[in-house]
Amino acid sequence: MARAITTQRKIAYTAAAWAVGLVIFFPVLWTILTSLKTEASAVATPPEFFSADWTLDNYTEVWARSDYPRFFWNSVVISIGSTLLGLLIAVPAAWSMAFVPGPKTKDLLMWMLSTKMMPAVGVLIPMYLLFQWTGFFDSRSGLILALMLMNLPIIVWMLYTYFKEIPSEILEAARMDGASLRNEIIYVLTPMAVPGIASTMLLNIILAWNEAFWTITLTTVDAAPLSAFIASFSAPQGLFYAKLSAASTMAIAPILILGWFSQKQLVRGLTFGAVK
Amino acid sequence: MATKNNRAAGRMMVAPSVILLFIWMIVPLAMTIYFSFRFYRLLSPERTGWVGFSNYTWFLNSPDFWLAITNTLLLVGGVLFITVVLGTLIALLIDQPIWGQGPLRILVISPFFVMPPVAASIWENLFMHPQNGLFAAVSRGFGSEPILYLESYPMASIIFIVSWEWLPFATLILLTALQSMSSEQLEAAEMDGASALSRFRYIIIPHLSRAVTVVVLIQTIFLLGIFGEIFTTTQGGPGSSSTTLPYMIYKQALIAKDIGRAAAGGIIAVILANIVAIFLMRGIGKNLDA
Amino acid sequence: MGKITLKSVRKSFGEVDVIPSIDLDIEDGEFVVFVGPSGCGKSTLLRLIAGLEDTSGGTISIDGKDATDLPPAKRGLAMVFQSYALYPHMSVGKNIGFPLKMAGMDPAEAAKKVERAAKVLNLTNYLDRKPGQLSGGQRQRVAIGRAIVREPAAFLFDEPLSNLDAALRVGMRQEISELHQSLKTTMIYVTHDQVEAMTMADKIVVLNAGRIEQVGSPLDLYHAPANVFVAGFIGSPKMNLIGGAEAAKHGATHIGIRPEHIDVGAGGIWQGTVGLSEHLGSDTFLKVEADGLGTITVRAGGEIRMQHGDRISMSPQAGKMLRFGPDGKRLA
Repeated sequence: MARAITTQRKIAYTAAAWAVGLVIFFPVLWTILTSLKTEASAVATPPEFFSADWTLDNYTEVWARSDYPRFFWNSVVISIGSTLLGLLIAVPAAWSMAFVPGPKTKDLLMWMLSTKMMPAVGVLIPMYLLFQWTGFFDSRSGLILALMLMNLPIIVWMLYTYFKEIPSEILEAARMDGASLRNEIIYVLTPMAVPGIASTMLLNIILAWNEAFWTITLTTVDAAPLSAFIASFSAPQGLFYAKLSAASTMAIAPILILGWFSQKQLVRGLTFGAVK
Repeated sequence: MATKNNRAAGRMMVAPSVILLFIWMIVPLAMTIYFSFRFYRLLSPERTGWVGFSNYTWFLNSPDFWLAITNTLLLVGGVLFITVVLGTLIALLIDQPIWGQGPLRILVISPFFVMPPVAASIWENLFMHPQNGLFAAVSRGFGSEPILYLESYPMASIIFIVSWEWLPFATLILLTALQSMSSEQLEAAEMDGASALSRFRYIIIPHLSRAVTVVVLIQTIFLLGIFGEIFTTTQGGPGSSSTTLPYMIYKQALIAKDIGRAAAGGIIAVILANIVAIFLMRGIGKNLDA
Repeated sequence: MGKITLKSVRKSFGEVDVIPSIDLDIEDGEFVVFVGPSGCGKSTLLRLIAGLEDTSGGTISIDGKDATDLPPAKRGLAMVFQSYALYPHMSVGKNIGFPLKMAGMDPAEAAKKVERAAKVLNLTNYLDRKPGQLSGGQRQRVAIGRAIVREPAAFLFDEPLSNLDAALRVGMRQEISELHQSLKTTMIYVTHDQVEAMTMADKIVVLNAGRIEQVGSPLDLYHAPANVFVAGFIGSPKMNLIGGAEAAKHGATHIGIRPEHIDVGAGGIWQGTVGLSEHLGSDTFLKVEADGLGTITVRAGGEIRMQHGDRISMSPQAGKMLRFGPDGKRLA
């Protein structure tokens, strides 16, 4: 009898949980569906499900617009660029804090965390002016720099927690085996840290791609990534619903897919390692 | 591990990040403070000079400012409440024995990966739009007039959209914490005769409190700076009814192009963030061991 | 090769003097065991010798040369860690060959040395596997192989058998002893297990709270412990320490008598009531409430059947009783 109840319970829980899940996911699903309809179908009232006209034209038309690929490419360059730049600076820092900690290391980490707590609007003015004066305004390299600075604390923290998980005995063994610092990093540390570095890269690409403050305030036309594009053209004068949905789907698809694979990294990275 | 042989190397390796973040903190902040005490409008750059606290008093005397503060706190508080409460319930539900937990998790966390402008755009156009949105279609199906969500209830609509975006984060963190809880504790309690409700109250909730603390802290940091959603949908309107402090400062800086005023606003935002941080730390900081 | 001398070596962590001052001579080819309770500083001492920690004072010499400021890579020592510390991303062959690669040895020559080490340790069939695919005992051997291949001045072992189950421990213990016999290289071995210390060592260094309590051969420590601490540490079950009136009778603050040096039989000078009896088959250990002496442990033959509540009569064997003074030191 107990087993029957458990199966009954399981069905009930499964039904409830999936209902909740589908409700939460529905807006994304609806967007994808809308992107596959013709414009007429998309705005038909009452909304059409099975009787809709389906087409892939929206995607080809949006992509063929001279500016959409450019926005997409900007997003790619800015996310990957700021991630690589951030790693370049953060890996040595995290290494040293994890393996050669000093008395001030904990304080240093806390301070880095606190820099993330400062609201971006607090430095909007100087950033805006500095970027104008130095020519970084509306440039991809400017945005790479800005986003790198925004996310550097997270990158350092995440790498730090991954490095701390490498048993220090293995690095000591390398030292006993005659490895210089350089060899220790090349032959032992880096191969063991690769999964952690990859996870950090993944999370940072997601954060940079989705960033919606500096990408809007510090760009106009040239360097605007997808976030700025969608934000400015959301009220569909330029785009109609089906095409807007196609543009939106293409804008979020890469990150949705990356995100599905990076749940663990998300938890670790955004809670600064407090929850594992 | 840390011997004198590698300590010097260690210091050199931390230096770039520390120097960068230090400059990133100090220089812009100093500039903001400087500009906040000056008259500086981009459209009439020849007029300059010190104006004391008048940029600050402009804010304090402006009713829009107090509305913005209220809206900011409403946004943060509202989203926190919704995401933590719903997040806990959903996490508990997903943690039950169910089929397909893997794919279900993917569905539930999806909104978090949708960039804010797209999230806002989806809700604004596909759901809340008075002609073509789904909500309107449902209302008409019931024979009533569609509600103009973003016009009539702008702040509530924004809170709703942002909650949808952040609910997955809270759920995921709480679910991770739930699943890391040892089942032995719960089994022992069950053998001691505790009902499901008691187990929830005396074992699960204390264990979750640490995760909730983390969720609240992290979300507050991000929620205080919400911008993209407001920019995409209401632009702070109608009037100033959905303007938060960050958006108000943005308007001063990039629309009114009043650098002095925007700088003062920025400093006020920093002070506000610090006050919130102090309250947070005092209120729930004890749940953390840093 | 392999002579190590410590003079006035001191180690502090912040305000705490973990090791106040240690002088120690280790001769070439000796098997020296550092033994002591948790936190006594034995692992710290080993790591100081290895160069993984800096000394706070004093000097360490290896084969006459001052090594105090040398990094670990330059000291010519090899270490086997408690957790084996194998490189998880490298195969067994690459693990063992890593030190040779770091030394810049010709790859062909290095490969030969790796093969030889693998043969000695029965690892030839595992050279292509990764550490994650090996059992605990096999990983231990890889760690030893990696150390052997360097032909170091001395081997350092940091509680290498703690992570193995009991049966494996006995076997590996013997393998390490045999290795020492064939290589004749100095070995410094840290353990908290006094059985390992007694069976493997040429010389035992007993440490307590950062100080050396006694240095000597296993049997020296067994028969002539310098003080109460060493007496209680060496030998299992522990030596019985009896104070009070009985000790005063012999002119000492405490007298010590090992459980195996007490005979059970009628007409003994001590009487007592059996509390607990542990039957191992080969021996029986009785926990006895001895009249006027307190609780003592007595070893009896395996055939003895005694129960809770039985009265027994015991005598210490002649010449086996040790006397200790008020400062804990043994009286002659």
